[in-house]
Amino acid sequence: MAFALIFMPMLMAGLAMAIPSNRLRPWLLPVAAAAHSGLTIYVLMRAELQSPSPWLVLDPLGRLILLVVSGLFLFCSIYAAGYLKYRQERSNRVFCACLLFFLGLMSLIAWSHHLGLLWVAMEATTLVTAPLIYFNRSKRSIEATWKYLLVCSVGIALALLGTFFLAYSAMQGGCTPSLLLEDLVACAPRLSKTWLRAAFILLLVGYGTKMGLAPMHTWKPDAYGESPGVIGAVFAGCVTSCAFLAFLRVYQICAAAGEGVFASRLLLFMGLFSMAVAGLFMIGQRDFKRMLAYSSVEHMGILALGLGIGAPALYGSLLHVATNAATKGLLFLSAGNIHRAYASKSSDQVSGALRRLPLSASLFFAGLFAITGSPPFGPFVSEFAILNGAFAAGRFLVAGLFLLFLLVVFVGMGRTTLKVCLGRAPRADTEAVEGIAYRDTFLTVAPIAALMAIVLLLGIYIPSPLGAMLSDAAKYLGSSI
Amino acid sequence: MIDLLNALLVIVLAMNLFALGTSRIFSVIRIVAAQGALLGALPLLMHQRLSLPVAIAAVAAVALKGIVIPSIMMRALRDAPIKREVEPLIGLLPSIVLGALATAFALLISGPFVNADRGASALIVPASIATILIGFLQLTTRYKAISQAVGYLILENGIYIFGMLLVEAIPLVVEMGMLLDLLVGVFVISIIVNHINRAFSSMDTRRLVSLKE
Repeated sequence: MAFALIFMPMLMAGLAMAIPSNRLRPWLLPVAAAAHSGLTIYVLMRAELQSPSPWLVLDPLGRLILLVVSGLFLFCSIYAAGYLKYRQERSNRVFCACLLFFLGLMSLIAWSHHLGLLWVAMEATTLVTAPLIYFNRSKRSIEATWKYLLVCSVGIALALLGTFFLAYSAMQGGCTPSLLLEDLVACAPRLSKTWLRAAFILLLVGYGTKMGLAPMHTWKPDAYGESPGVIGAVFAGCVTSCAFLAFLRVYQICAAAGEGVFASRLLLFMGLFSMAVAGLFMIGQRDFKRMLAYSSVEHMGILALGLGIGAPALYGSLLHVATNAATKGLLFLSAGNIHRAYASKSSDQVSGALRRLPLSASLFFAGLFAITGSPPFGPFVSEFAILNGAFAAGRFLVAGLFLLFLLVVFVGMGRTTLKVCLGRAPRADTEAVEGIAYRDTFLTVAPIAALMAIVLLLGIYIPSPLGAMLSDAAKYLGSSI
Repeated sequence: MIDLLNALLVIVLAMNLFALGTSRIFSVIRIVAAQGALLGALPLLMHQRLSLPVAIAAVAAVALKGIVIPSIMMRALRDAPIKREVEPLIGLLPSIVLGALATAFALLISGPFVNADRGASALIVPASIATILIGFLQLTTRYKAISQAVGYLILENGIYIFGMLLVEAIPLVVEMGMLLDLLVGVFVISIIVNHINRAFSSMDTRRLVSLKE
């Protein structure tokens, strides 16, 4: 079953390369995504299918991430089919193939219990997503792609060095050198502390680059800003969740080795620093896609912070993976629609979006409140759980700074979003909107509305199967602390 | 056997400095290719009994790092008007000095941690760290996009040296995956370098400045 989830999208990618029709090819995306989601749900219900080999094990954390990325990808793929209708002037062969291959790699990341294999898959996601950023073929998108490739390749190379350090610390501790998660956790108390700490720092920097934690976030605003909205959604929801999973593996080993305090101190610092940097850059940010990129930096900071707080906040952090993915998905997709309609992503040119695009803009507007943690949306519940955890752990300073940064972010995001959504729409005959015939269509709005429904649902009531999954995952992660 | 290994690692370290001090980009690519091929062949020397997976991995590494990857990069360079690294951030001679200092630093700090067990050379850890640092130096002080990509290759070579300590921990599939990632990575980077060259009529990354706050 693992092989079906991993190789089916990759085969579909090959098929996408072979299909000659630019009009039919995008429909392969929702087909493959729906099949992937179906298989995912089937695997989640059948526990006996979840460990086909020692290398591929779907543990509670993997289950959660697999569900999140598969679900978000499904909505993004439907949107992509609608989006690519507008971009028929350009070949979408590479775009579709890379996106499908990427889905297969994400499955591999969720299943992988071998840290070497995990690294290979993470590095491969960097490579297949680079052409996606370059889809618009403009000078600006070349620049963004170059920065992304260079920063992430170097970051991921450091993660490989960190992975090697982990195996070497096992060797120094007298265990058989291995990169299997189970072996490393079993050997954890004997791991050489110096090498383990060095490994943790390298892996934090490496996978942190992919997540977009500050100060390794520099590629993020460029890449998210210059790529199509749907790619922003896939990055902010899927790539980051996978990188977070990779990082959770490392954290498990570190905690099992009794280095939890060292790890949590670093995580708290990185988390708060990311939130602070994101907040600073969001104030006065005119480009609404870059604003969303900084918001992603902020939310990665929240995930690191929740992990750093430890056991009481784990449930909240894991729930935040899901709520962040859904909310970021809806924000990037609706921002993509607004960008398309105005041919600009600066709040200097874009105003009155609520009149010009009532559906997309109202979803974008509601998304602002969701992502900044207002009730009754999902992120409120998860952020509140993390805050509760911080108080329960007695970390009052951390909790205070967390609230302060959330406030800064709310002010920063609020100003830009209000300017975009409210006010008068430019008249149809002015040059700003000349020749642009974008109107909301079913394919480009329905996925956003569905994501909004999920965000609302998670805010009001967490379905019991999901709740059980989250508790399992938190317990699994907490047992190693 | 250890003596031969040590001698080869010293050659690898010398190649690092040589790469830092060369301005013709073609020559730098050739040096790094030779370094990669040499490193690819090293695992053959480290084992008394040669196993099939080790042999396959070594052949693949030599072929990719010594032949395929450099030829991809040279193709990317073919259309470029200027094939030299003119005026890097840090001049050629100062970068050699910095590289030598980095090598000395790596030898100093890794002294206490290394115990030369399992027939491995005590030079492996310092050689790896020195090569990684020099890769960083090349990556951050050169302006031509392709030179930065070469810096990334040196960095990868450094990590590969460390991987030699862990042959048992890295199965063949994973090693092949790593090589494949490197190959595809260089391929994608070269395509982007080509597009940079076409769009900006130069490979100078100082022209990539339109995206900032």
